[in-house]
Amino acid sequence: MKNPKRIEKIVFSFLFLSTCLIVVPVGFIVLIVVIKGLPAINWQFLTDVPREGMRAGGIFPAIIGTIYLVIGAILFALPVGIFAAIYLSEYSKDNFLTRIIKLAIVNLAGVPSVVYGLFGFSLFVIFFKFGASILSGSLTLGIMILPIIITASREALESVPYSFREVSWSLGASKWQTIRSVVLPNAISGIITGSILGIGRAAGETAPILFTVAAFYLPQLPRSIFDQAMALPYHLYVISTQVPNVEEKIRYGTALILLMLVLCMNLIAIIIRYRLRKRKTW
Amino acid sequence: MRKIKEFIIEKIIFICGVISIFFVVLIFFFLLKEGLSLFKTIPFSHFVFGKNWYPISEPPQLGILPLILGSILVTFGAIIISVPIGVASAIYIAEISPGRIKEILKAGIELLAAIPSVVLGFIGMITLAPWIKTIFNLPTGLTALAGSIMLAFMAMPTIVSIAEDALYSVPKSYKEGAFALGATHWQTIYKVILPASSSGILAAVMLGIGRVIGETMAVMMITGNSAVIPHSFLQPVRTLTATIAAEMGETVIGSEHYFALFAIGIVLFIISFVINVTADLLLHRRIYEKS
Repeated sequence: MKNPKRIEKIVFSFLFLSTCLIVVPVGFIVLIVVIKGLPAINWQFLTDVPREGMRAGGIFPAIIGTIYLVIGAILFALPVGIFAAIYLSEYSKDNFLTRIIKLAIVNLAGVPSVVYGLFGFSLFVIFFKFGASILSGSLTLGIMILPIIITASREALESVPYSFREVSWSLGASKWQTIRSVVLPNAISGIITGSILGIGRAAGETAPILFTVAAFYLPQLPRSIFDQAMALPYHLYVISTQVPNVEEKIRYGTALILLMLVLCMNLIAIIIRYRLRKRKTW
Repeated sequence: MRKIKEFIIEKIIFICGVISIFFVVLIFFFLLKEGLSLFKTIPFSHFVFGKNWYPISEPPQLGILPLILGSILVTFGAIIISVPIGVASAIYIAEISPGRIKEILKAGIELLAAIPSVVLGFIGMITLAPWIKTIFNLPTGLTALAGSIMLAFMAMPTIVSIAEDALYSVPKSYKEGAFALGATHWQTIYKVILPASSSGILAAVMLGIGRVIGETMAVMMITGNSAVIPHSFLQPVRTLTATIAAEMGETVIGSEHYFALFAIGIVLFIISFVINVTADLLLHRRIYEKS
């Protein structure tokens, strides 16, 4: 047999190369989008409606549509997600029901995004008769990001030391009072981090909004939650596959805005997590 | 008064606690409600094993075999590429890379997970597809191969992060024991750490498969969307997910085609359910073994 030290060196270089095979293209993708998209970004692009069959003008309605959808999704998912996390971390016992809940969360996280689209369409658009609207789209996205928020909030709640609760109880506080004034304030950064990651996910997903809200071309802004709206990811899909002869600059510009929106969310989440780790003293 | 308030709040907390179960059941119920209507007119076997998907011909032919094979082909290709590279990277990140570089690599992989699939699809369409077209001298670069490469890339964050967790959670004493016997670092990884974390790595692979099968937008933009039974990686295919996304907008509500798209949704839901439950069991077995 050959020298094991040499084999190790060769194997480790291969492992290093494999890692580069993932990380380097990621860097390239971001770089390409930034370099080719930047020339398209100007005030008009950000604040004007699409013109000439989406071959000119801006993407303002799509940006606004995505912001509305994300706000709607988080308004639904945040309270429900936090309460669900409180149940799992503070109330649930180690029994069959809890096991099933955890399994359900894992499954909810694994359901293909287009299946969420089908579900949202049949429940919100058809059954509840909300039509293709911001309401339907937000609720669909909200259910989709629920597992992200539950998992992150639960981790945050469970990382609050048990002794904090014991002190609060010994002072005569009830279980809910303890949760509200001791556990939640200490877990808030973790919960915010999870919510921001959820927002990033909701902003970038296309398949769930295809049939529940997204409008192909809608030059005015939505006026109520029962209106259809344009959305950034769907708009990018449309101008890169459905509309011929769109200037490449506009496609890259749209991709850049979407990418920046999502990456900013992630960056904020990372910063909060980092600061939290530094500040934590227990 | 405070007792009542507390009682109500605890009930709300309980309801939100079990709401995930409710949503999973609700999703399945609504898929069944629409999808099962199909089998009143078309036998189940014709649907799953039918070789033709011509939803707008008269009468419509709704066999999803080409779509199933399309999904399987693309997924198979993606897994062949992503599992070796993903597990190798997980080993490098968990075991070998020094602290500073480790953080950078992990951030890079998190970055990849955050990029929306429609952006990746767009980039794949205008970079990857033309390359494949010229390299293999094809009429179009939008092929199963392009889809496989793109999906392999998209499955990486899932595979790497879960496999890395599995490797990381192998008790330190195992490693120290191997070192004490004179094994090199690689021998230790290969003979001790990998076997000890095998069920976690298997779970990582399964969840990677789940991610690939469920992916919609990038696949729709890059695989060429032709619903025929595929014979090679170098021809356009269409997957289950892409079919729903592409056709749902044009179908008439209540038509056979409409019901068929929901029936495809049922198939996807069941696949993802089986994958997630199996992966969850694998991950839990690991924890039980340890304690």
